[in-house]
Amino acid sequence: MASAPSKLYADDVSLVVVLLDTNLFFWSSSSVSFSQFLSQVLAFLNAILTLNQLNQVVVIATGYNSCDYIFDSALDLNRGIENGRMPAMSSSLLQKLEKFLIKDEQLSKEEPEGRIKSSLFSGSLSMSLCYMQRVFRSGALHPHPRILCLQGSPDGPEQYVAIMNAIFSAQRSKVPIDSCYIGAQNSAFLQQASYITGGVHHKPQNLDGLFQYLMTIFATDLHSRSFIHLPKSVGVDFRASCFCHKNTIDMGYICSVCLSIFCKHQKKCSTCGSVFGQAQSEVASASDKKRKTPET
Amino acid sequence: MATGHVTKRAKYKTTIKDPGTPGTLRMNLEKILFVPHNPKSAIKLDVEFRYIKGQKHTKEGSNKPPWLNLTNNQNGSFIFEFENYSDLQGCRDFVGKVLAKSGEVSEKSSVAYPDEQLSAAEMEIRIKLLQEDSELQKLHKQFVLSGVLTEAEFWATRKKLQDREASKKKKQRLGFKSAMISDIKPSADGRTNKVTFNLTPEIILQIFAEKPAVHRAFLSYVPNKMSERNFWTKYFRAEYLHSTKNSIAAAAEAAEDEELAVFLKQDDILASEARRKIRRVDPTLDMEADEGDDYTHLPDHGLFRDGNKGMEESQNELYKRTLSQDINRHAAVVLEGRAVDLELEDTKAVAEALAQSKRESSNKGESDGDTTRERLDRLSRMTEIEDLQGSNTLPLAPLCIKDPRDYFDSQQANALGTSGDELSGTEQIKCSLSIPEVYGSLRASISSIKAMGLNEPIVKPEVAHQVFDALTYSISNTKHNIGKNSQESVLDRLPRKTKEDLLHHWTSILELLKHFWASYPITTSYLYAKVNRLKDAMSNIYPQLEELKGSVPSELRNQVSLLVRPMHQALDAAIQHYEASMQKRSTQSGEKPNGYV
Repeated sequence: MASAPSKLYADDVSLVVVLLDTNLFFWSSSSVSFSQFLSQVLAFLNAILTLNQLNQVVVIATGYNSCDYIFDSALDLNRGIENGRMPAMSSSLLQKLEKFLIKDEQLSKEEPEGRIKSSLFSGSLSMSLCYMQRVFRSGALHPHPRILCLQGSPDGPEQYVAIMNAIFSAQRSKVPIDSCYIGAQNSAFLQQASYITGGVHHKPQNLDGLFQYLMTIFATDLHSRSFIHLPKSVGVDFRASCFCHKNTIDMGYICSVCLSIFCKHQKKCSTCGSVFGQAQSEVASASDKKRKTPET
Repeated sequence: MATGHVTKRAKYKTTIKDPGTPGTLRMNLEKILFVPHNPKSAIKLDVEFRYIKGQKHTKEGSNKPPWLNLTNNQNGSFIFEFENYSDLQGCRDFVGKVLAKSGEVSEKSSVAYPDEQLSAAEMEIRIKLLQEDSELQKLHKQFVLSGVLTEAEFWATRKKLQDREASKKKKQRLGFKSAMISDIKPSADGRTNKVTFNLTPEIILQIFAEKPAVHRAFLSYVPNKMSERNFWTKYFRAEYLHSTKNSIAAAAEAAEDEELAVFLKQDDILASEARRKIRRVDPTLDMEADEGDDYTHLPDHGLFRDGNKGMEESQNELYKRTLSQDINRHAAVVLEGRAVDLELEDTKAVAEALAQSKRESSNKGESDGDTTRERLDRLSRMTEIEDLQGSNTLPLAPLCIKDPRDYFDSQQANALGTSGDELSGTEQIKCSLSIPEVYGSLRASISSIKAMGLNEPIVKPEVAHQVFDALTYSISNTKHNIGKNSQESVLDRLPRKTKEDLLHHWTSILELLKHFWASYPITTSYLYAKVNRLKDAMSNIYPQLEELKGSVPSELRNQVSLLVRPMHQALDAAIQHYEASMQKRSTQSGEKPNGYV
């Protein structure tokens, strides 16, 4: 578990970057409606902000064609219209979300049939990591950040490489990635992300009580995780996608130089350009030729 | 004794002090029977030869009575007192014969395969491997002795083990002793003023190795010019003169006797060798090594005391030898190691063997021309060109030792789950609406929230309660199942015997499966028979596993069945394959009547 570096100034302060899945295709066919989901999430975000005066929340929307920052509690000082029916910060968030959806619709183009309708998870993950880098380098005192992914869309295997790179850089900067998956099947990417970075992964059984799940599991700050028991993942699906066709594979070929994964035997690695060996006899004759270089 | 049994009158004693019960001792090939003369006596002995480990007896020439002591496996002993030594002898021979035979029998059963020619060395290696590794022994006993696998098949996969064992058998060569031979004390006979030296070939070898000039002298003078005895007498005379440190007397005697002079002079062979070695020093180690470093053969290491150049004693300098020279030479020889391995009986052989080995080693070395060229080559390669080198700091990632339990425990559930997920994961999300409609519906939801506000209450209390319960239950459950200690695995919580049985079952299943899958595709009748045997053995394992599961207390039964499940799966897969191939054969054999197996 990532323990706080020296920039932490109080134990239980958290900076949470929430990646909200706004993939329209998922929401239109899911059992829980988007408005229900959104209201629970808004209540949850407000609750985090009330846990500690110094807590910060940043929300990034993961759309189908693009991703964007929706909300940043540090910047949102203008408390908006308080109308007694929702928390003050929500109105600006909702406005920005609407604008984001309009923009996203404008970017959409005709897609060929048969493609898995996944959201741009890799994009929002990278954006959140960039935000954290900015915070790290700002020099100001800040709590140790973590990422919370609220995903429902299935995994897009074409994003495998980008997501794995993002996960490894999160691991390097010691940022845990928590994930809450509300879709039907299991998401291998989210499981791997939480496993590698030391975060918590959970797939709620009862989506009506999503708020309760969020409060019990994902509101815990990093310091308290050392003594609060959180649900452990039963299994992690470590399957990868091949680099050539982006299919999910269990068994494949791996380049021994750069560890890129291929589903079929290839002559040359497309990532690092190393030539793969062929039959044994050819390799031996090649090395013999090398030894007879003339002496200078 | 040619007969298969021995009957003698003897007394049986339980301890040495016991007076002994008189009776009759009968021994046949299987066992020992002692019946006391007095039927009322309670002592009767009936021991099988299998349990007898060894025998001891009292010597004939000593004053002790003729006793025979048979030791058994549990370190107990049976002592029999005989009437005379000839009886003892007879019994002893018999026991010895039986013990030798029983030792043979157990080995013979594992050798009787006509299709394998084994040397005695290989048999020894196998027996040694079996003795050392009890797991291997158990597998061997289970499969080979019950006929499921043949000896050849069992060892075919373990060639690496055998090779490793064989290479270990090379004996270490004994080196020279560290004690210097100048410390060998002669025995002095006070009466006749004679001093006697005892020379063994070992010592002679060491002398020749340390002083190559003496070696050369021996080869040239003996037996042409003088006898060996004379040679050594002169040698020791020279040694004596050296030890007195009287260089003037040494010079005088050297002038008289030229052979003695050889021993007294500085060893020129050593000098030339040292010079050659200096020339061959790797320049990348020491570019400045030159002849000034060649001092080990000079007296006082070439250092002159009192600052003078030592002009006075120049003619006698040759006859001086210092302790430091001796010690250094001795150390160099010991570190070089022994060039001659064999046991040699006489001096001549020693000398010749040493000369032979020296010739070989000098042939192996390259000629001077080659060495200089090689040196220059090495020199040019090793010189660092500093401005072409990159920075030396390697970006090191810190070592991260993960808890392997995390991986393996979680994989279990995963392995059972993913095959189902595979198909459904790629299902498309059916979307009947077009894109603008979908976006519109999303925006409508947002507006409705804005208008109506958040749900009131956010979540219903009973739902929340349910969620809380479920979470608590699952968290405490995993903690209980997986255990608190990260080092503990589920195997450790089982009773020891169960754990060992499980592990043994695993290794034996692996062994069987290895041979089973290797036999496919079946091309010969030998393989066919083998596969049948293996299949029978595999079917026998199922009831054993059931028994194992039954023997475990009920709270652990679930864990054990989870561990046993992969074993079942592997065996099931193998037996399925077997049955499928059997079926295929039986349908095919109808079509191919010409005896194709």
